[in-house]
Amino acid sequence: MAGPLGCFVVWRRMSYIGDTLAHSALLGVSLGIFFNLDLNIATATVAIGIALFLGILGSRSHLSLDALLGILSHSTLALGLVIISFVEGMRVDIMSLLFGDILSVDAKDLLIIYSNAAIIFILLGFFWRSLLSITVSPEIAHVDGINVMAIRTTLMLMIASVIALAMKLVGILLITALLIIPAAAARNISRSPEKMAIYSTALGILSVLLGIAMSWAIDTPAGPSIILCSAVIFLILDCLCKNPVMRISS
Amino acid sequence: MTKASIELSCANKSFQGRKVLEDITMRLTQGEITTLVGPNGAGKSTLLKVMLGLIKLDSGILKKSSDLRVGYMPQKIMISPVLPLTTLRFLQLGEPSVKKCIESLKLLEIEHITEVPVIALSGGEMQRALLARAILGNPNFLFLDEPVQGVDANGQNNLYQAINCISRRLGCGVLMVSHDLHIVMSSTDHVICLNQHICCSGQPEKVSKDPAYINIFGDITAPYAHKHDHQHSLNGDIVKTNSHKLEGSSSD
Repeated sequence: MAGPLGCFVVWRRMSYIGDTLAHSALLGVSLGIFFNLDLNIATATVAIGIALFLGILGSRSHLSLDALLGILSHSTLALGLVIISFVEGMRVDIMSLLFGDILSVDAKDLLIIYSNAAIIFILLGFFWRSLLSITVSPEIAHVDGINVMAIRTTLMLMIASVIALAMKLVGILLITALLIIPAAAARNISRSPEKMAIYSTALGILSVLLGIAMSWAIDTPAGPSIILCSAVIFLILDCLCKNPVMRISS
Repeated sequence: MTKASIELSCANKSFQGRKVLEDITMRLTQGEITTLVGPNGAGKSTLLKVMLGLIKLDSGILKKSSDLRVGYMPQKIMISPVLPLTTLRFLQLGEPSVKKCIESLKLLEIEHITEVPVIALSGGEMQRALLARAILGNPNFLFLDEPVQGVDANGQNNLYQAINCISRRLGCGVLMVSHDLHIVMSSTDHVICLNQHICCSGQPEKVSKDPAYINIFGDITAPYAHKHDHQHSLNGDIVKTNSHKLEGSSSD
């Protein structure tokens, strides 16, 4: 699920946005605990809220986008941590939030993840050309009659929902890596945007499987192991294809 | 057959308190090539984007005829090197039909770059690819923002000829931005000299002799002075054949 979206994150140079959304997800968790809400819903709501907020601010603000993201990213993270500290009675494992705990995923979570993945694949298929078009040139896309704002917001919402869900898997600090690294690795072996999306999905799944296997075999934390595996895959592919554009033929 | 047209009246636009466009009134008609000239920061690109609806006016009226189909070639596009995209796929973002995309590339004599990644294109090839993209929707109006930038002097003339040829073939109107009147002179019907407001406009020969034009291009754009009449010989050394002829016809 992270594959194709990760591609857009890389193509649109918005990796920082991923971080911001991930950090704001922690705020969602703390709010959820504080008000005793369902954590999935709280996290997704906050992440989506921040995504929408960014969409609006991005086109209006005088601040540059990276400054804006820096402010939002760290203030939501800080606010989340502060709120968690207020929750006395409950033992909150911050480590599991920051680095994920794949074993805590239950059947209900799985159902949510699968249905969300299905929705995202449908949306991606439907808006694929428009998404690519605004990535290449929002101005030409606008002249072609594409509603740039709407498509951009859709993309942000999809990323926000993926981040909110993937948090359980790899944790807040490493989510962006799961989006970016498989996509970057797939770049080396792809000649078209579609292939890159498919390969990055495959590489993402491969990293997760290898990471869990590693965690199983030598008892390492699952989240970091997954990211480590994807980084190794990236390095291998990068070294194998020194001149990716020229050498790989379709 | 009625001709498509775009009309702008009393248009004003400021960015952060700085006036970029002041009281612009102009009308474009299908079938004519109009060139916007002016110094850096004169508002040329802004005016183009206003006409396309990419930038909203502070005040003024933009009127478009209902049968308007526009093609737009931006100054440059920023494609991430991480995005694998061939020229054909780039064009297909505008028109899924491969046949039409190839036709468009052929029209610009760049079929050879069909399968070349966009990020590997040379400056001149990129400009032609962008132009090919702009004409995909069979437009009756083309908006070209500095179409010849990054192209060598000889290539500039060829590209202007290609633009001319395409606009005649499609029967479309063209509004293009250029830094240099002398090079576009032979391939434009109208010239608008812009420096926030419209300084002067009309036939290229007339504009090049207009005091307002000479005033602006004498003072503000000193870096471009090498393209003026009095430095003819220097230009002649660098640029051969084509533009030599153009320069000669404009001396006064």
